[in-house]
Amino acid sequence: MADTLKGRAPRARAPQAGAALDARRRAQRRKRRLAVLFVLPAVLLLGALVVYPVLFSVGRSLFDASGEQFVGAANYTEIFQDPATLKAIRNSTIWVVVAPVLLTGLGLMLAVLTEKVRWATAFKLVLFLPMAVSFLAAGIIFRLAYEQNPDRGVLNAVVVAAHDAFEDPAAYPTARVREQSGLAGKTGGPYATEETVRPGSPVSLGFVGVAPDAVPADARPAKAPAGGDGIGGVAYLDFVPGGGGTQGKVDPAEKGLPGMTVEAVHDGKVAATATTAADGSFRFDGLADGEYTVRLPASNFAAPYQGVNWLGPALVTPAIIGAYLWVWTGFAMVLIGAGLAAIPRDALEAARMDGATEGQIFRRITVPLLAPVLTVVFVTLVINVMKVFDLVYIIAPGPVQEEANVLATRMWLVSFGGGNDQGLGSALSVLLLLLVVPAMIFNVRRFRRSRS
Amino acid sequence: MSARTTVERPPAERAAPRPVRPSTPGRPRRRGRLAKWLGSGAVQAVLIVVALIWITPLAGLFLSSMRSERDNASDGWWTALTDPSQLSLDNYTALFEDSGIAGAFWNTVLISVPATLLVVGIAALAGYAFAWLDFPGRDAVFLVVVGLLVVPVQIGLLPVAKLFGAVGLFGTVAGVILFHVAYGLPFAIFLLRNYFAEIPREMLEAARMDGGGEWRIFSRLVLPLGRPAIASLAIFQFLWVWNDMLVALLFADSESQPLTVALQSQMRQFGSNIGVLAPGAFLSLVVPLVVFFAFQRHFVQGVMAGSVK
Repeated sequence: MADTLKGRAPRARAPQAGAALDARRRAQRRKRRLAVLFVLPAVLLLGALVVYPVLFSVGRSLFDASGEQFVGAANYTEIFQDPATLKAIRNSTIWVVVAPVLLTGLGLMLAVLTEKVRWATAFKLVLFLPMAVSFLAAGIIFRLAYEQNPDRGVLNAVVVAAHDAFEDPAAYPTARVREQSGLAGKTGGPYATEETVRPGSPVSLGFVGVAPDAVPADARPAKAPAGGDGIGGVAYLDFVPGGGGTQGKVDPAEKGLPGMTVEAVHDGKVAATATTAADGSFRFDGLADGEYTVRLPASNFAAPYQGVNWLGPALVTPAIIGAYLWVWTGFAMVLIGAGLAAIPRDALEAARMDGATEGQIFRRITVPLLAPVLTVVFVTLVINVMKVFDLVYIIAPGPVQEEANVLATRMWLVSFGGGNDQGLGSALSVLLLLLVVPAMIFNVRRFRRSRS
Repeated sequence: MSARTTVERPPAERAAPRPVRPSTPGRPRRRGRLAKWLGSGAVQAVLIVVALIWITPLAGLFLSSMRSERDNASDGWWTALTDPSQLSLDNYTALFEDSGIAGAFWNTVLISVPATLLVVGIAALAGYAFAWLDFPGRDAVFLVVVGLLVVPVQIGLLPVAKLFGAVGLFGTVAGVILFHVAYGLPFAIFLLRNYFAEIPREMLEAARMDGGGEWRIFSRLVLPLGRPAIASLAIFQFLWVWNDMLVALLFADSESQPLTVALQSQMRQFGSNIGVLAPGAFLSLVVPLVVFFAFQRHFVQGVMAGSVK
């Protein structure tokens, strides 16, 4: 309405000469009104839900938890004093330092490698796939993968398999002895004969507490040991499935315990070591005459290696960063790959003709030419890493949430998740905004330059 | 030379080759054949291992989602590879019979589709106005919009929650949609304005000469020309909203919560809820995966362009 009113004034002043001009002006005014209508929905929404909230948060951050008491910058100093918030800052720093570097490096490596294979498109598709997945789903995926029990968590299954491939697993963690079996020791080992033995006399070491399916498949029925040279003996399971047999004696149905380490100890020193065979038998040959104790070291009874406690307090942040890598590597790779494809082939060919090795070409030509793209990838990742929320919130199990917190999750917990200190929460959200600004300015600048 | 340039490519140059599409530049090399064969063999092996590592977690989720609660508690999903009889659709049938999850899935649709359409519509109008219409303060307002690109959603949570609480939007689907639209707009306007700005001036002048009103020019000329950018934007925005958890966690109540929030509330008893969580997570993946495979190119471009957010 205001437009129409104002519009009458010039016409009154120059009624005739301005007739054509007036029509044009009116058209222009109509266009302007239209333009305002075009931007109005956007401006209203942005004003009410983005601009106003930013101002509100800045203001709110200067008040205490209840919102009644003006406290100035106290909430901001609190950020750097509250131990839980400090931990979040520490973790956010780790994230920002580690994740973008790893992602850019990994992306560069894979982008270079994919250039050399024919199925690059398929490979890029596979790596880009996680970008379609919500962080919630990624979180559930990795909660499954990081499960500590190696029977259920795929990562620990691999770790334990690798560990056991290099180091023989202790075979009999549950084994124990009966009372008056002639063996002394405690569960978990070591066990040793109560009485000393001399070369020539046999030893039988009876154990119980080994589940039938925990006895190695290659175990054979044990035989009562015979005398002979040195000290011979047998380690066996003193238990007949279904009952029967005599305790303390090797019965025909009883199996030997293969793979046990047995030591002959004389005067506190290990004089000889043997390993039990499939039927549980062992023999120390060539022992000097004397009194020996036969001992089974604890390594036979150690609890099995259980893998890594990925989601424990010590490793939870690296573990979540790992999940983040899974999501974002494809992004870095595809972006860097596009930059790589734009490098003039002539430069590379010329260098090759001059006898440069692939390594030299990579370091001296590819990387410098890619520097702008690498920077963009890096900065983009920094922005996104700074705001990481869902993945931490989902993957970190309740008890270690505190250890895994980053700024965004801490802000959430302080404001809504029980903390209920909206002053501190607002200060944290303002801090988050301030941290993202420089990276953002860089990206917008670059974006605009790329257009002109 | 990044993906972003692709999205901004002016319509007039659309015939130019796209730099972003994953492609294999076949490059003849002058090296010893044996060395080449060995080298490429090693490279292939490395890449196959990497690809397997990337597929494994997804496969694990998928197989876990089809195994019974008891199987999942006793051993790992990989045992299903040798014993496929473990797999069944029982978890999924149970999931759909659970009205909570089914309703949450429906809520996700109800939130994502309008939030995407609104962002695209409002941003296209504004983008066109910022690019080609003259109004007072145009450049200053656009600069503010660019500045708003930085604002992380976290800063809006508390104030908007109070605002929505005052007008009765808190805990409603409409509230979640509005929040997503507002925080999607700066990037959307930025992207579309820049794309529209590169439409050749002559094309617009010609349309105006023919007596086309601004609305007609916008709907008949600018929108069709802007289709590549709009498609990328729509896909990015749709995925963003579909996959969101944070915003809905605060603004939705138990009636209006989307799938992500419904699943999140089951995370506390992770071990005993795998029978719901795994199929639920997979369900939430299906739509993005379909979008991914159906619109690979726009998907990649949309994600690349959106990463500036």
